[in-house]
Amino acid sequence: MKDELYTDIVKEENLVYKKTSLMTDNILSYCPGCGHGTAHRIIMEIIDEFGIQKDTIGIAPVGCSVLAYDFMNIDMQQAAHGRAPAVATGIKRTWPKKIVFTYQGDGDLAAIGTAETIHTCNRGENFLIVFINNGIYGMTGGQMAPTTLPGMKSSTCPYGRDVDMMGHPLKIAELVALLPGTHLVSRQAVHTPAAVRKTKNIIKKAFEYQLKAKTGTCFVEIVSNCNSGWKMTPVQANKWMEENMFPYFPLGDIKIEGKLVQ
Amino acid sequence: MGELKLMKGNEAIAEAAIRAGVDAYFGYPITPQSEVIEYLALQKPHETTGMVVLQAESELASINMIYGAAGAGKKVMTSSSGPGISLMMEGLSYIAGAELPCVVVNVVRGGPGLGTIQPAQSDYFQATKGGGHGDYSMIVLAPASVQEMSDFVPLGFDLAFKYRNPVFILSDGLIGQMMEKVELFDFVPRWTEQEIIEKNPWATTGKTPGRERNIITSLYLDPGIQEKHNEKLQAKYRKMKKEEVRFEKIQCDDAEYLIVAYGSSARIAQKSILLAREKGIKVGLFRPITLFPFPFNEIKKMANQVKGILSLELSAGQMVEDIKMAVNEKIKVEHFGRMGGIIHSPAEALEALEQKIIGE
Repeated sequence: MKDELYTDIVKEENLVYKKTSLMTDNILSYCPGCGHGTAHRIIMEIIDEFGIQKDTIGIAPVGCSVLAYDFMNIDMQQAAHGRAPAVATGIKRTWPKKIVFTYQGDGDLAAIGTAETIHTCNRGENFLIVFINNGIYGMTGGQMAPTTLPGMKSSTCPYGRDVDMMGHPLKIAELVALLPGTHLVSRQAVHTPAAVRKTKNIIKKAFEYQLKAKTGTCFVEIVSNCNSGWKMTPVQANKWMEENMFPYFPLGDIKIEGKLVQ
Repeated sequence: MGELKLMKGNEAIAEAAIRAGVDAYFGYPITPQSEVIEYLALQKPHETTGMVVLQAESELASINMIYGAAGAGKKVMTSSSGPGISLMMEGLSYIAGAELPCVVVNVVRGGPGLGTIQPAQSDYFQATKGGGHGDYSMIVLAPASVQEMSDFVPLGFDLAFKYRNPVFILSDGLIGQMMEKVELFDFVPRWTEQEIIEKNPWATTGKTPGRERNIITSLYLDPGIQEKHNEKLQAKYRKMKKEEVRFEKIQCDDAEYLIVAYGSSARIAQKSILLAREKGIKVGLFRPITLFPFPFNEIKKMANQVKGILSLELSAGQMVEDIKMAVNEKIKVEHFGRMGGIIHSPAEALEALEQKIIGE
């Protein structure tokens, strides 16, 4: 009965959207409303479009996306917390023709792995870093991140982030853009169709650079939501993100082809 | 006969890495082993064998570069000393958990903390009993000469790839810094990309249509699966214990007493047993070459022959615990060793044997 119903509708000529075969059929472990799934799909679509599945190696971090290798249908390595850029360096230096990218959250990239992030960008390692910034530690249950906003509440700053005591949110994209080793630095989002298109274009550009030549490190930050960690509905979270995260972490290109965007 | 050279232990390690067809060395300078990366930087192997040499920003980074490249099927190694090795413990635990082959060298200096830059053997526990978190073991090779610093590099890689496991070379500042004649082995070509893919079908070399994707991970959230993974690791360690025990016996046939020593202490003990025999005391030297797997059975056998054992180590006494376990109180076992970078003399060691073992 069910199959009959679908055969009427599911026809090649009716298709407007299809999941890329580079996403596995495993059920995503992310909360409904989370941006990770969209970010995963964008990257996999690009790898599919370039036809580089056989040449691409991805690095999963510690954090919510620790299991990214369950969803991305490519060869992947899971790295220790914060060490993804070092792991990627080891791969890219010994397999310079492979296409390598890391996929990291804010705690991983901008707290425990700050040294690896800075020095990888400073050496201009020729791979892509995708940075998901949602201002909170999602997997461990909503603790303060290096990018938690001033006054924002988390389980380890339950009265709001006091910057005098806990320091300021770290704008790591602006920081790495100052290093001569970075070729492309951009901050995007995935909460609207327009934002998804922009993000896809810039990540595509980063893959293109790596396919063509040794240009330097490409760094794409995606400001995302964490409705569970923020204790909001997905719709509320996206609105809160636009009103609070975007003013502190403004979207747009920061560095293009090695030149800072004025 | 191979090429003969007068070299430092640290230089021999570096030269052996180039000759063994190693794909990359990632490291961070620390005394007393900085000559390893300095020698490699000077030799520019990327122009000859194609070997990559990269100075990382920390030992955390270098061991994780090792993780990445090893996970992609490459032959890679690093070296450091105590404080740096402590930083690598996280990475080594992940490497053991993800079953990646690599060679890691510790040219031990005295600790704890920043300690001293002088030789010590006080990292025995760290090397042989885990060091990092979780149930894991590494094969630990203990060179006692510059020759073995060279020979243990290709041996280390053979064992690392045989077992898909990290292999540790536990040297010390004495072996690393001293110069000796070394017979260098002939150059072995680096594996081609096709050879890497064929030899290491598990490695992340890019998912081709014919095979499932390869994942390098040590994460198994399901306790049942994690336990199965642990059991698989333990089975591998049992196989190592059965097949990879290495040791050397010097003047043990007629020995009434035994010195057990590895690395630099074994070199010192070689003289101690000569001094003892000049005095008419029949002392033999038992030198474990693998500290993991430890030669428990062979030492147990020796306990049927000798009256007492002195464990000689440049530490407060670490290997002595394994010897005691092997002997199981059948005969007397005592430790002697200087600490903090002081090196015991052959006469001191003999005196300790006479006082602690023979005297009573």
